Amino acid sequence: MGTVYETIIGLEIHAELSTKTKAFCACEYRYGGEVNTQCCPVCMGLPGTLPILNRMVVEYALRMGIATNCHINQVSKHDRKNYFYPDLPKGYQVTQADIPICENGVVEFYHQNHHKKIRLARIHIEEDTAKLLHDDAFRGTLIDFNRSGVPLIEIVSEPDLRSSGEAKDYLEAVRTLLDTLDICNCRMQEGTIRCDVNVSVRPKGQEAYGTRVEMKNVNSFSGAMQAIEYEAERQTKLLQEGKTVAQETRRWDEKSSVSVAMRTKEDAADYRYFPDADLLPLVVSDEWIEKVKNALPELPVAKYERYLSMGLSPSDSAFFVEQPKKAVFFDDCVKNENVLPKTIANWIIGEITARLNKNSLLIEDSPVTVMGICEMLRMIDDGIINNDAGKVILNEIFANGGKPSEIAERLALIQNSDEDELSALVDTVLSENEKSVTDYRNGKTNALGFLVGQCMKMSKGKANPQIINQLLRDKLGNA
Amino acid sequence: MFENKNAADISIMIRQKEVKPSEVCGYFLARAKETEPDVNAFITLSSDLMERAEKLDQEPISSATSPLFGLPIAIKDNISTSDMPTTCASKMLANYRPPYDATVISRLREQGVLVIGKTNMDEFAMGASGETSFFQPTHNPHDLSRVPGGSSSGSAATVACGSAPLSLGSDTGGSIRNPASSCGVVGLKPTYGAVSRYGLLAYANSFDQIGTFAKTVTDTALLTAAIVGHDQKDATSSRDFTIDTAAVEAFSVKGKKIGILKECFAAGIANCVDDRVMAAANTFASMGAKLVDVSIPSINDSLSAYYAIALSEASSNLSKYDGLRFGYRAAHFDDLESLYINSRSEGFGEEVKRRIIIGTYILSSGNYDKYYRKARILQATLQNDFAAAFMKCDILLSPVTPQTARPLGYKETNPDTLFLGDVCTVPVNLAGLPAISVPCGLDHENMPIGVQLIGRKFSDTELLGYARVFERESN
Repeated sequence: MGTVYETIIGLEIHAELSTKTKAFCACEYRYGGEVNTQCCPVCMGLPGTLPILNRMVVEYALRMGIATNCHINQVSKHDRKNYFYPDLPKGYQVTQADIPICENGVVEFYHQNHHKKIRLARIHIEEDTAKLLHDDAFRGTLIDFNRSGVPLIEIVSEPDLRSSGEAKDYLEAVRTLLDTLDICNCRMQEGTIRCDVNVSVRPKGQEAYGTRVEMKNVNSFSGAMQAIEYEAERQTKLLQEGKTVAQETRRWDEKSSVSVAMRTKEDAADYRYFPDADLLPLVVSDEWIEKVKNALPELPVAKYERYLSMGLSPSDSAFFVEQPKKAVFFDDCVKNENVLPKTIANWIIGEITARLNKNSLLIEDSPVTVMGICEMLRMIDDGIINNDAGKVILNEIFANGGKPSEIAERLALIQNSDEDELSALVDTVLSENEKSVTDYRNGKTNALGFLVGQCMKMSKGKANPQIINQLLRDKLGNA
Repeated sequence: MFENKNAADISIMIRQKEVKPSEVCGYFLARAKETEPDVNAFITLSSDLMERAEKLDQEPISSATSPLFGLPIAIKDNISTSDMPTTCASKMLANYRPPYDATVISRLREQGVLVIGKTNMDEFAMGASGETSFFQPTHNPHDLSRVPGGSSSGSAATVACGSAPLSLGSDTGGSIRNPASSCGVVGLKPTYGAVSRYGLLAYANSFDQIGTFAKTVTDTALLTAAIVGHDQKDATSSRDFTIDTAAVEAFSVKGKKIGILKECFAAGIANCVDDRVMAAANTFASMGAKLVDVSIPSINDSLSAYYAIALSEASSNLSKYDGLRFGYRAAHFDDLESLYINSRSEGFGEEVKRRIIIGTYILSSGNYDKYYRKARILQATLQNDFAAAFMKCDILLSPVTPQTARPLGYKETNPDTLFLGDVCTVPVNLAGLPAISVPCGLDHENMPIGVQLIGRKFSDTELLGYARVFERESN
């Protein structure tokens, strides 16, 4: 029996904050703007310019720190990380080195109904770099300064993760938290969340960590999983062959799914961190912390537990935790209408989400309002329309808008609940389908479904199916 | 017409409409053109000064008009101006023109003050003689064979030779006081934070401070009052700070204690400097002040601390000069690394490169604790010692430099003199204090000598008050 190896993973997540303006100047930033239209002398690092810290950046970092139960350093500072690269106009990045704003926290989340906790070493504030553009039409590299100086928080976990799957769950939990706190746009394809992955392996049961390898350039959650798996396997193989793992930084190549050595410990970059005297110490008052704490939204774990207690399934609860905007929509519906929360959840998660996705719409832009869905669900609950009519109404609203009651009227979707009329209809159907009647009486109970279908067909879909069902059962039983 | 007039006098003439701004500017521009071949105080002279002055001629004058309205001013070439290049006297920035004005420039423009030109300096303000300029050294107007001091060499020389009535410089370790003393003009380094640094090309940003030169203390106070105050663009600029020019004029030293700073009168000081500076102290005594001896032994460690911090900051501040976006780019390179290396090797002068290399070494892994952290501890000790000294006296008095201006190209070899050369000025920057150099006489070769007065943080008005009392009494 060979040695069994265990993978140890730590993640450094860089999340771009969605503050209106940049970290150290008044430039507004939106992803996708025309190149070099969202920059000024300060974020272009022109000589003589000075940084002014955006207080909203601190506020957003505090939200994350408090939501993850971090210790808040009420006096932290800004440092310079010095290195040369064309995307770094000042020749240094403003970051926080030895005293970050937040330390020693924990990210809690539910995964497949298991409550998990991953410890955080720190969260600190830093600025993003410019973006290099390599254009085939132009021999060389161009620089877009729009992203230069956009605020980031770096969320550094302890090495608490043990598998690529767990790392992905954690990444998703962090994304959910950022989304819930409304501090990041959380679009990986736009680079708003990036991560560096630290991986080591050790024989199972051994306490000391193995040699750590840092992997950069991981730009997607699936990329992170692949990178971890690749690296764990590479390191395990080295150890099995009696070789050692070199302490180094590797670059993840997403296209070919391999990690490539970038630099070893010996030639590791020396960033010459030192305090940035252009910025005053960052002081956070008790009042500020208290204010942020009191304004925090319901956090994912509490929300998950609340939905379970409302009767939602674990997967439906998780759905809303991961999609905070839809959760708000759901909560508003529950508040508005006395319909079973589970029913409301089914409609939002199923029919509405499907139509939003089909039309590439966010729930914020949904043509169906909270009032609209509530009105429709009430009509279903009261038996005025049936589920199928509900779907037709949704289609109509997505296509042309409108009020569910008016659409139901206009498209003649109101169902027939007149027992006398329906009784006559059932009688007709029974007389025209004697074979099915015989089948049913001989124990083929699925013949009932066929008969219901025939009744619905004859009523052009407007018969109340519950009443039809009851009438059929009554009549077949009595015959 | 304005030869012996100071800025305040000319201001009165403008306000009483005896002269127009264009006449004033025309005079100084002509004077600059006359003196430049000898003095080389400017890197750039304004090409549209007269047009701008003629526009001011049309503006109405009221009681709200700034006392500096219509006056020309010379600006050290490390302060950003959108209408003229800002070179830092470096090949690296020889063709760099900022797209914006420094806050001090905006404030002066709003008050109708006209930039006559950008003055010569030591490259990136690194030096104390003006000789490291890429644009040839400035000559001392009192003796053209001598240096004017530095690094604000041109700003001091222009006021001294009368080609501008006012000028701005910057002081990181003595760069205003040193040339003011050597050129026989008044030079004020305000409290750190009193004047916005926005637009000042950084050398050592925790010490850099824009300050003022003029022929008289009154003019210095007027100019300083015009540029101080909080700036939203500079996080380190102080709130609610002003200069009270009336209080400067009304100041009395009666009963005040003047501390004679012992460590600045050590071996290496020229006899004539010692004599004139002590004579200045005695002038204060004759005006009713009391002289007390004060010792701050930690001053002797201050040079090491200063260089460790200043060069560390410089190594980072000058990283943006990489040949990519603006400034000098090497003609030949093979890849990104050689583009950086060649551009910086060719674009920076020797002194700048020396300081960048030392600063980089100090911040390198393993050295940070050995040098940088220790320097910060020494800085804190020095600050405490200054605070203790100010329990014993109201103001400190010392020479600015131990010797008068040396000949151009002369290399001082006496280690005591070399050490003392910076030791009187540098501690002031380490402690963030205000200090002023006021002319206090001449040596036997008629070269000017300055006395330095050092005040408590944000006591700039009183500091100017002491200087004004001395100036009035010694005239």
